[in-house]
Amino acid sequence: MITFNNVSKYYPGKIPGLIDVTVEIPAGEFMFLIGPSGSGKTTFLRLLIRDLLLSKGTITVDNEDISNYTGKNIHLLRRKVGIVFQDFKLLLDRTVFENIAMVLEILGKPEADIEQGVMNVLELVGLGDKRNFFPLQLSAGEMQRTSIARAIVGGPKILLADEPTGNLDPETAWGIIEIFKEVNDLGTTVIIASHNADIVNKMKKRTLTIHHGSIVRDEAKGHYHLDRHGKIAGKAGKHDVNH
Amino acid sequence: MSITREVRTHIRRSPYQAMAAMLTMFLTFLVGGVFFLATMASVMVLGYFEGKPQVTIFLTAKAGLTEAEHLKTKLEATGKVAGTHFVSKEDALAIYRQQNQNDPLLLEMVTADILPASLEVSATDPQFLSEIAGIIEGAEGVDEVVYQRDVVDSLLAWTNAIRWVGGTLALLLVLDSLLIIGTVIAMKIALKRDEIEILTLVGASPWTIRAPFIIEGGFYGFTGAGVASIILGGVVAYLRPYLFSFLGSIPTFQGFLVSVTSATFLISVAVFLAGNMLIGFCLGALGSSIALRRYLK
Repeated sequence: MITFNNVSKYYPGKIPGLIDVTVEIPAGEFMFLIGPSGSGKTTFLRLLIRDLLLSKGTITVDNEDISNYTGKNIHLLRRKVGIVFQDFKLLLDRTVFENIAMVLEILGKPEADIEQGVMNVLELVGLGDKRNFFPLQLSAGEMQRTSIARAIVGGPKILLADEPTGNLDPETAWGIIEIFKEVNDLGTTVIIASHNADIVNKMKKRTLTIHHGSIVRDEAKGHYHLDRHGKIAGKAGKHDVNH
Repeated sequence: MSITREVRTHIRRSPYQAMAAMLTMFLTFLVGGVFFLATMASVMVLGYFEGKPQVTIFLTAKAGLTEAEHLKTKLEATGKVAGTHFVSKEDALAIYRQQNQNDPLLLEMVTADILPASLEVSATDPQFLSEIAGIIEGAEGVDEVVYQRDVVDSLLAWTNAIRWVGGTLALLLVLDSLLIIGTVIAMKIALKRDEIEILTLVGASPWTIRAPFIIEGGFYGFTGAGVASIILGGVVAYLRPYLFSFLGSIPTFQGFLVSVTSATFLISVAVFLAGNMLIGFCLGALGSSIALRRYLK
């Protein structure tokens, strides 16, 4: 369970990132975060991995206040929360296998477990035959699959994804979403920040709409409410928490 | 995550920076080692001379025990003499033979006749030496007087000079090494910024991220100090016969310089090598830590 309780984040110069956000995300949830660029989606995700410090409020993960994590033990939080980025953030000088194995090496797993663990997630994301490829030898979709594999190989309870399909064609994007669904089916909480209306609308999962740092909609089977100009379509400001 | 593999990769990917760091460490320990050995040697020589009688009176060739006894009586009458010891021509020959036992060439043709007898005198207080000197200089049968204080003062001046020059130079070189290692590591941190960011995000502990850099800096120091120490050990071994001819008469050096296979020599070199490598590692690791503190928040 993730809880945001009156969470605000202000950047230097009093620029608001999130304003007074209160939300509960039960364990095993599949949730989309939508909103125009600069609305606060990435701030939401970065606060969850404590890549940013809160200005106000509390965030708990598994009933543990994440502000208790300091520079010395923040890695313990990040081992519970996997993250996938739009730009993949893969190490170009390491193979697919090495990029993923890195997480298990950090956890101090024995070599046999690393081999087994990496092959399991590679099979899950459909890259079993690409283990020795370097990122630049892969397509964008394959790179994103590698990034997902890296995020889940340590068995996190929560998986965050910041615009994971932003650089992908629709077909590949759906392939990626299918992987997230599979990961969610295994019990992992999945939170995806997305601009992809087609995916959000067809998935019919819980959708949190953020605008100017505030949650303006929270729907159990959400729709993509932004128009082509990135503005909130329909009646903004409504909190429709029907899940 | 294998730290040694990471360190190997760091070094392999920027060999010139690694060479610069190791070379700087090498020079630091080479120069520092030379001054350290010179200081140690001068301190030992100083200790040897300080432990010797304060005045050695060499008698003329014709003078012997009678003149020495006469002088001894006069000196003891002052009440300012702590002790005297007469060294006959035969004793002098025995000492000479012992000092040159490894060099038969120097023993040939040397007999007791050509060596002077001497009287060694220690004052109850060094300040009485000038008064004692007045008595000695006017005495019959005295050929030459050696005041250890003169030797000791001269040695002390040299030792202090070596300490100051060596210490200052070593300090500057240590500072230089820290800066070079810090700069090399800072460059590597900048080069690996993306990797560090990813490692941080996937749950690497601060130690997992920092350890390869610290070990890398330590490795530069360890290697530089090791090579410098081996070279210095080799130079000392090469110069051993010459050093022995100068310093062999001093007991502290005898065991050390008698042979390169002697236990004392080998243990001393091993301790010097291990000590320098340990200091080198710590110095390199310190340089890295400074860079990490500065550039890796």
